[in-house]
Amino acid sequence: MKIAILGLGAVGKGVTEMVASKDLGISITGIADSKSGCIDSSGLNTKSILVKKQKKGFCGDKALSAEDVIKKADYDVLVEVTPTNATTGEPGLSYIRQALKRKKHVVTSNKGPLALAYKELQTLAKKNGVALRFEATVGGAIPIFHTLEHGLAGNEILAIFGVLNGTCNYILTRMADEGLTYEQALLEAREMGYAEADPTYDVQGIDAAIKLVILANTIWGDGVKLDDVNRTGIDLLTPDALKLAEEEDCTIRLIAEAIPKKKLLRVAPRIIEKSHPLVVEGTLNAITIETDMAKEITLIGKGAGSIETASAIIGDLLYIRDRYVERA
Amino acid sequence: MVIVLQVSMKLEMKDSPGQLVAALKPISEVGGNIIAVIHQRDPHSADDTLNVQIVLELHEGRINELVSLLKAEGVHIQRIGKERLLYRRTVIMIGHLMHTDLSDTIDRIDRTGFAEVSELSMSMPAINERSSSRLTIKSVTQNDMEKAIAILRTVAHEKDLLLIEPLEEIS
Repeated sequence: MKIAILGLGAVGKGVTEMVASKDLGISITGIADSKSGCIDSSGLNTKSILVKKQKKGFCGDKALSAEDVIKKADYDVLVEVTPTNATTGEPGLSYIRQALKRKKHVVTSNKGPLALAYKELQTLAKKNGVALRFEATVGGAIPIFHTLEHGLAGNEILAIFGVLNGTCNYILTRMADEGLTYEQALLEAREMGYAEADPTYDVQGIDAAIKLVILANTIWGDGVKLDDVNRTGIDLLTPDALKLAEEEDCTIRLIAEAIPKKKLLRVAPRIIEKSHPLVVEGTLNAITIETDMAKEITLIGKGAGSIETASAIIGDLLYIRDRYVERA
Repeated sequence: MVIVLQVSMKLEMKDSPGQLVAALKPISEVGGNIIAVIHQRDPHSADDTLNVQIVLELHEGRINELVSLLKAEGVHIQRIGKERLLYRRTVIMIGHLMHTDLSDTIDRIDRTGFAEVSELSMSMPAINERSSSRLTIKSVTQNDMEKAIAILRTVAHEKDLLLIEPLEEIS
């Protein structure tokens, strides 16, 4: 199976390295970053491309753009791993549309296009007889969509609760464990590389809300949007509040919650018993699914990281290979 | 949701030293909260038994454990009284709680007649800084609890307070 990769940041690099080092029967025939691209239908030399990217800051021929790779390269699946833009979804949204129209499968880690245009993209994929998969968009390495789609097939999903943002979970863990103020814990998260210079997107619950929207659309197909999420961040929490929770054997975590029967879609800091499986430490993510037959299932795992995210993307690639490509 | 029962029990035990302690110890072992111990000795009784009435709050799931622990201590349970279902939910509020009339905030729940603030813990780091408080609300039915929480959300919105609710799963 042949793949083309758009985006050569931490995630793109992780996928490229893992595909090259593991014997998965996948060859990379196109790669593009924001400045350049390279195409070779017999398979690219990924080692030299990654070296060039690191040394020069771009990976290929500046005369080739990402769009050239989408249109001209010879591939079965497009791996779209460009940065997320929550407002426009671009450039990923256009890339995904173009590839689907070319009847190419798409695997993405990009939350923006999914949160903004889930229905449109799924319809487009269906129309063209190809798959759009996005395991890496929610919960990093946690195989949440595979679990929902296959492991829990036939179950009615009644509710979903998640710790979906590692930055917030790190800050809250440190406030609870060390009595740090919010500002101190944020500073520490930045030093550790867990928080961006502008942490708004994480600490105000926007990132978690986007992931919740993707989950809700996938599970219930209800076409909800980011604005439908009732959202409260963690930036006004006090160490005293965490102490008051601790006195009751509880703590506070940022929980994303969807209960369709109650028309509830919420991201907010919540009081939660310390023994609850959703109470995970540091940057970990966790998701509890409530269903009619299986009852409660909780998945815990790394919510970010280059190789961890590559794990989710490769899971999607192999699924597409087994389901579509080898049959053709 | 933690369902708390209010339990009233009439116990009969030997009127000898240590017996009352033997009856009370299992209650703390199962995490019960003793509200009242009514201990009346009838001076005219020739009987060597002691009757004690105890009122306590207890998580619903631990009643059977309490009963068997009491039996093991040799305490005879004459009857387990009328049980009243109590819902309890703890929330945390952060903000300028004093400047926004804390007693009004509490009164908005208490005056409903169907729910009440039963506990309040506060910490106030410094004047003009936001304070944090933990409120425990009790009600008789779950529906009343939902209504009380809805009132609290409105109050928090009006007074610009951050309300942190507990995670309530649906099953």
